[in-house]
Amino acid sequence: MKNYAFLIAALLFVTIGYSQSENKVLFTLPSVDIQTVQGEPFNTKQITNNGKPIIITFWATWCKPCMKEHDAINDVYEDWVDETGVKMYAVSIDNARSSKRVLPTVNGRSWEFDVLLDPNGELKRAMNVNVPPHTFILNGKGEVVWQHIGYLDGDEQEYIEIVKKLVAGKKIN
Amino acid sequence: MKNLRYSAIVALLMLTSLATRAQNFIEQGQVNGNVQIDAQYYSEDDKLGITDSLLNYRKFGLNAFSNIIYTNGDFSAGLRLEGYLNPMLGFDDRYEGIGIPYWFAKYKVGTLEMIAGHFYEQFGSGLILRSWEEWTLGYDNNFYGFNAHFAPYKGIMLKGLVGTQRYFWEPYEAGNRGIVKGLDGGFYLNDMFDGLAEATTKIELGGSFVSKYEKTGNVYYTRNREFLVDTIPWIETTTYEMTIPHNVGSWAARANIGHGGFNFYGEYARKGADPNATNSYIYRKGSAVYSTLSYSTKGLGIFLATKWIDNMSYKSKLSESGNPAMLDINYLPAISKEHQYSMATMYPYATQANGEFGVQGQIIYTIPKKSAIGGKYGATLTFNYALAKSIEKDSIYSDVTGSITGTEGYESNFFSIGDLTYYQDLNLTIDKKFSPKVKAKAGYYHQTYNLHVIEDNIYDDKNMVYANIGVLDVTYKFDSRNSLRGELQGLFTKEDEGDWVAMLLEYSVSPSWFFSVQDEFNYGNPVNDKQIHYYNVSMGYMQKSNRFSLRYGRQREGLLCVGGVCRYVPASTGLTLTITSSF
Repeated sequence: MKNYAFLIAALLFVTIGYSQSENKVLFTLPSVDIQTVQGEPFNTKQITNNGKPIIITFWATWCKPCMKEHDAINDVYEDWVDETGVKMYAVSIDNARSSKRVLPTVNGRSWEFDVLLDPNGELKRAMNVNVPPHTFILNGKGEVVWQHIGYLDGDEQEYIEIVKKLVAGKKIN
Repeated sequence: MKNLRYSAIVALLMLTSLATRAQNFIEQGQVNGNVQIDAQYYSEDDKLGITDSLLNYRKFGLNAFSNIIYTNGDFSAGLRLEGYLNPMLGFDDRYEGIGIPYWFAKYKVGTLEMIAGHFYEQFGSGLILRSWEEWTLGYDNNFYGFNAHFAPYKGIMLKGLVGTQRYFWEPYEAGNRGIVKGLDGGFYLNDMFDGLAEATTKIELGGSFVSKYEKTGNVYYTRNREFLVDTIPWIETTTYEMTIPHNVGSWAARANIGHGGFNFYGEYARKGADPNATNSYIYRKGSAVYSTLSYSTKGLGIFLATKWIDNMSYKSKLSESGNPAMLDINYLPAISKEHQYSMATMYPYATQANGEFGVQGQIIYTIPKKSAIGGKYGATLTFNYALAKSIEKDSIYSDVTGSITGTEGYESNFFSIGDLTYYQDLNLTIDKKFSPKVKAKAGYYHQTYNLHVIEDNIYDDKNMVYANIGVLDVTYKFDSRNSLRGELQGLFTKEDEGDWVAMLLEYSVSPSWFFSVQDEFNYGNPVNDKQIHYYNVSMGYMQKSNRFSLRYGRQREGLLCVGGVCRYVPASTGLTLTITSSF
């Protein structure tokens, strides 16, 4: 038992040592049951991108800066994917009043990125989102390494710079 | 002696093991959370008639919360600390205080997930059960009890709960509110049956049942009966005691069908006899239908929604009504669109739980890039129409005058539509990018707002507001970091407070700074003294996941609505500081 404890302590030590040379992990993406944009069940463990970075943004159809953010990202999204292999999931927190309007909104505006529904704020609460827009960037292991509250014109440049650093294995701060 | 030594070794081993576990618990666990502080300092303002005595000498208001979540594998636990010291203007005085209104422990073993403590839950679209919170509204109807999610077979999700609901800071005691129990099943046919896995039509069926038990006090009502005795009119008044059902049940059935670009959702709900303060204590059963149909393909999205509700207020305390809305078991979505501009939200709609018919349609079309009409960058058009009306209610008792309390209330045919308009909104917006530097958005809104029904619970058409609203929003980007945004809005109406004009200029430096000046001017107010400038100067600073904003100015009186639930905000003048931070 003691050996076991020693082993664990040693392992922890190694893990801590290892993570110090990498970007600081804020938290691992929690496992929460939400929905696809079509309303089918979806667990956040299914959010993956073959070891490449992932962007998760929280938004709502009634949120003006969110719509601006997504329109701006959509303009450059194809280039982002080509350059870095990044994948974006836009999680709508529209409730029953407007969640069924998300799919026609996404298609109608020709958004290219993936969209998920969180109609009762389960993921929103698990990730401590107060108000949209709130953007997270995950490293290739599904760990949140960066987050940002709000959206100002041009913020998307910051996102892609972070992603590029992650892809290149550089420190983001 | 040998025994003692042996015990010592066992104890030591056990301690080591415990220490190891404790260390695992700390080292392998993760803690994350957030904090938000909204603080306001109020000034006296002659123009708005705000004096220190009107403010009850509360010069300072502070609403704040912090969430802390601990996660370790399939176990998590968390809490939210809330403080209202004192509550900001517009929040109920009963919120005053500090405490932990929300904490939970959650774990998952196999396909069973259990929560003990406080939780939020939604069955279907929420017609019979939804608990949720919205900080900006001061809305929180969380359950305190037990919640389970169980997936016994692929494609099947069963949910069950038992709990009592939050009422400000008042702890649950037998008799001060009801106990809510609920069961829900969701069946995703394409996952359940292998033969349907590849089918192009996706089907989900679901059903739920909710019951409320409440130990109620006595409810009395009086009834007048008019009659003639030898041509002399008499009125006889009798007092009756009501028989209140202790258990009020409700059920709902739903279907979600997707096929290609089409998506259909329909839900039907019924509620048992539930005399309560909202429905004037009538025994009539409640019913509701909510359905949406959408078709979308790249560049085109069409959405239709309709709903019909009759006597669907469902709370865990029958005598609870009014503002702020508390102890709601269910959620009745308003059917109009939530707008993004301040003038377009001046007259917001909120669901009338006692009965309404609503319909909504929306078309979004993106004119392709590099097309003749769309130009180099294309454009997006959004057209939306929403209408809410009364339902037909025919009286049953011709000889009863005055209150309908204690009766079946009225008769109404399923899906009947009444004559009274509650709300109508027709709007069109265009988003267009002109160059890499210039983007613009223009909008027109025509709204009909039945002020008596929505604000005063008076069911007539004697106070209708007809408003035309125009919005122009232009963003100019100096470079990739610096941009200037201007908004010009006008609201034109002959009713209520008359015409408004609003202007905003916002300069932002991505990703850290913004500065803005704003003025909403009620120049058309029929009362000269009320032709007031509601000016605001604000700035914000973002640093990593911290956000600071500071605002000085006047807040106009009005309804603040999120998700169809509204909070009345009184007029005020002062300084507001908001700090939001996540870790």
